[in-house]
Amino acid sequence: MLKSPASDSTSAPINRAETKAKIEASEKAFSLNAKDKYYALLFLGPSLLILGIFIFYPMFKTLYLSLFLTNTVGKPTVFVGLSNYINLLTSADYLNSLAVTMVYVLAVTALTIALGLLLASLASKKIAGIGFFRTLFSSTMGVSVSVAAIFWLFIFNPSTGFLSLISTWLHLPAIGWLTDPTWAMVAVIITTVWMNLGFTFLILFGAIQSVPTTLYEAASIEGASSRFQFFHITIPSISPTLFFVSIVTLIDGFKSFGLIDLMTKGGPTNATNMLVYRIYKDAFYSGNFAQASAEALILTVIIALFTLLQFKVLEKRVNY
Amino acid sequence: MNVVAKPKIAKNVWNYLLLSVLALVVLAPFFIGLWTSFLPTMQIAKGNFLSTDLSFQNYVDAFTQTPILHYLGNSLVISTVTMFAQLLFCSMSAYAFVFLDFKYKRSLFVLVLATMMLPFEAEIIPNFSTVKAMGLLNSYSVMIIPFLTSAFGIFMLRQSFKQMPAELKEAADIEGLGHLQFYWRIVMPYNRISLITLGAYSFLGAWNQYLWPMLTTFSNSFRPVQNGLRQLQSEETFNDWGMIQATAAIVVIPTLIVLFVGQHYFKSGANEGAVK
Repeated sequence: MLKSPASDSTSAPINRAETKAKIEASEKAFSLNAKDKYYALLFLGPSLLILGIFIFYPMFKTLYLSLFLTNTVGKPTVFVGLSNYINLLTSADYLNSLAVTMVYVLAVTALTIALGLLLASLASKKIAGIGFFRTLFSSTMGVSVSVAAIFWLFIFNPSTGFLSLISTWLHLPAIGWLTDPTWAMVAVIITTVWMNLGFTFLILFGAIQSVPTTLYEAASIEGASSRFQFFHITIPSISPTLFFVSIVTLIDGFKSFGLIDLMTKGGPTNATNMLVYRIYKDAFYSGNFAQASAEALILTVIIALFTLLQFKVLEKRVNY
Repeated sequence: MNVVAKPKIAKNVWNYLLLSVLALVVLAPFFIGLWTSFLPTMQIAKGNFLSTDLSFQNYVDAFTQTPILHYLGNSLVISTVTMFAQLLFCSMSAYAFVFLDFKYKRSLFVLVLATMMLPFEAEIIPNFSTVKAMGLLNSYSVMIIPFLTSAFGIFMLRQSFKQMPAELKEAADIEGLGHLQFYWRIVMPYNRISLITLGAYSFLGAWNQYLWPMLTTFSNSFRPVQNGLRQLQSEETFNDWGMIQATAAIVVIPTLIVLFVGQHYFKSGANEGAVK
């Protein structure tokens, strides 16, 4: 696990110059290292303290709580081993939450990447005024979760909303956005994709810009169509970035809370009751801290797996 | 020549058409929101979306009848302090991992990296007990202290510091600069683009916090803007769409301006630090 970050440091000489520098450094080491220790404490201490209190300790505490039954103020009472987990993984309600989260995360990631890629490749065309479009395409990056929720809640509003007006004008049947289980999910997905688009566009655009132009020139001479160039030059060249953005979008999707709370409150009939919203409800509404802790740990495992996957790819790309 | 030029023009027209349609789709929610923010709620309720009865009344109401400015002020304080704290503590930690020699350096770095795998959202239960025990509930500090540093920031700055030319450190050693001086006078200015990028990330991150402030603040004096907007919707103003859209516009317009102005830095930095 995490092999590369660990293996980068002082013991692995990469080239001669670095080895030489290291020998010199170790010659000085006797006088410097003693002091370095105190500087390390000063420089690293605050960060380690904060990470310890608010990231490490709570993870172990969550694990601990998840193995007990808890009373209404969250104090552990009876040790129950894994039964909180067994109860969860056999409960149709929780499995539904897992399933809707998966649907949401996969749909959001696929649509964000596809649309981001479309915008980024169009914005890479060298035509006059393209900079203006780039700015517009990245604009949703400046939208926070509650502003996005207000915009889209109005658009989806069943009585006076923009879409209901359109469907009235066009004499189309009204869609129960936010009140119908399926459409509520669609509405939340659309809003999330819209919010993600600005950031994804910028990152993918940056990646496309860094593809060597000689590749395209050579392909043009060979008479390759722009469609061929997109699939055989652009996509392979930016695949590490595509992967990186996909994982980031995926992880953000699993952590989704704000939009759910603002738009659907997990409803209708649990159709959008995703993992984080559930943890919040079970802990702070129902007072079932033990079960919520088990849910939190399952979420941690899911996200940790995807983050590890991301590190694996990063380690190939990042210059250690 | 004409024969060659024509398809090219046709192709450009097609490109501009496609770009414009997509820009319109992306911007539609802004336009709809902005337009309704100028309409009286009465007209919106009646479905008179194309009413020409436009005015700034919703904005006047938003400023005078809601604490929207106070919410914005709270968010500004929280995000600014969080940003500077992260710039300081992340850069100090990154410095230690790059320029200092000490025991357990590798293990500590792996430990910091490992925290990137642990979502804060999954740790709210013990963290809530912790800040409650510390007596921090309903204050600015409760929204700042857990985010004084970030594993991502440490990682990103470490990558950046590692790419500094070795001659800089050698020259500093010859000049007799101590670690504090080298850190503050050489390393920090040299890595300003990465620092600006991290600053933007941490500011936006704090600005967009939602779940944690919702759990830990219960009064308008400390409520940040994200939760403030939710509060307005759940209060008596619930169906006052005109005013709600005005509050959304008040929140989003400054962010968009900052984004467009700062985009140059953000773009180059984002590619440099995160995904290169």
